[in-house]
Amino acid sequence: MAARLVFLGRLEDIAGGPEREVAPGPLETVLGALEPDLAVALLGERVRMALNGVLIAERGGIVLGEGDELAFLPPVSGG
Amino acid sequence: MPSDVRLLDACFGPERELAEFHAAHSGSGGIASFLGQVRGRGTELLELRHYAPLTLPGMRDLAQLCQSRWQLDGMLILHRTGQIAPGEPIVLVAAAAPHRRQAFAAVDYAMDHLKSESWFWKRERRAGTWQWIEPRPDDYAAVQRWA
Repeated sequence: MAARLVFLGRLEDIAGGPEREVAPGPLETVLGALEPDLAVALLGERVRMALNGVLIAERGGIVLGEGDELAFLPPVSGG
Repeated sequence: MPSDVRLLDACFGPERELAEFHAAHSGSGGIASFLGQVRGRGTELLELRHYAPLTLPGMRDLAQLCQSRWQLDGMLILHRTGQIAPGEPIVLVAAAAPHRRQAFAAVDYAMDHLKSESWFWKRERRAGTWQWIEPRPDDYAAVQRWA
């Protein structure tokens, strides 16, 4: 079973779809296997992350396990 | 009185929703409300995306924050997702309170936070092309007033 990346907002356009299955592992390894422009966009300082629906305060040390869902959240705009 | 907070994936009738809110709070001193709708100027279609694990829980937290910050009898927050045509409602916020100031402030606060701090992503189609919309500097300034 793979891990899943979810791309919100404009990140979906860069990724070419709303989500993607990836091999589990450390986040650096997962990002390293993506297209460079997508990896750069995902690491943008205004992009926040949520692991399995919970916001992450610190980016360091994230390791994706099987079935984990990591969402990338660019600046929001509602209302 | 619990808040009424909903994420809606189809068009809703703001008049009916407000009538029900008024009926539920007929004993309140006053009710303030705001209705946001899709502007017609050049926008062919608006689309609102959300992230289910965060969006509705965040809206509920916002309603609770309003309830704890002001003396309210009740709070209504309705927000659309999906594709919305010009003229259709996007968001409806209402607050019932013993006195008008609390009701005005709670609606103002909720709208400022829905605009730039809630988990929604908005894009619009103009002349056949989709473009993502980010909050404007005055949207961020508006929310910082409350800090």
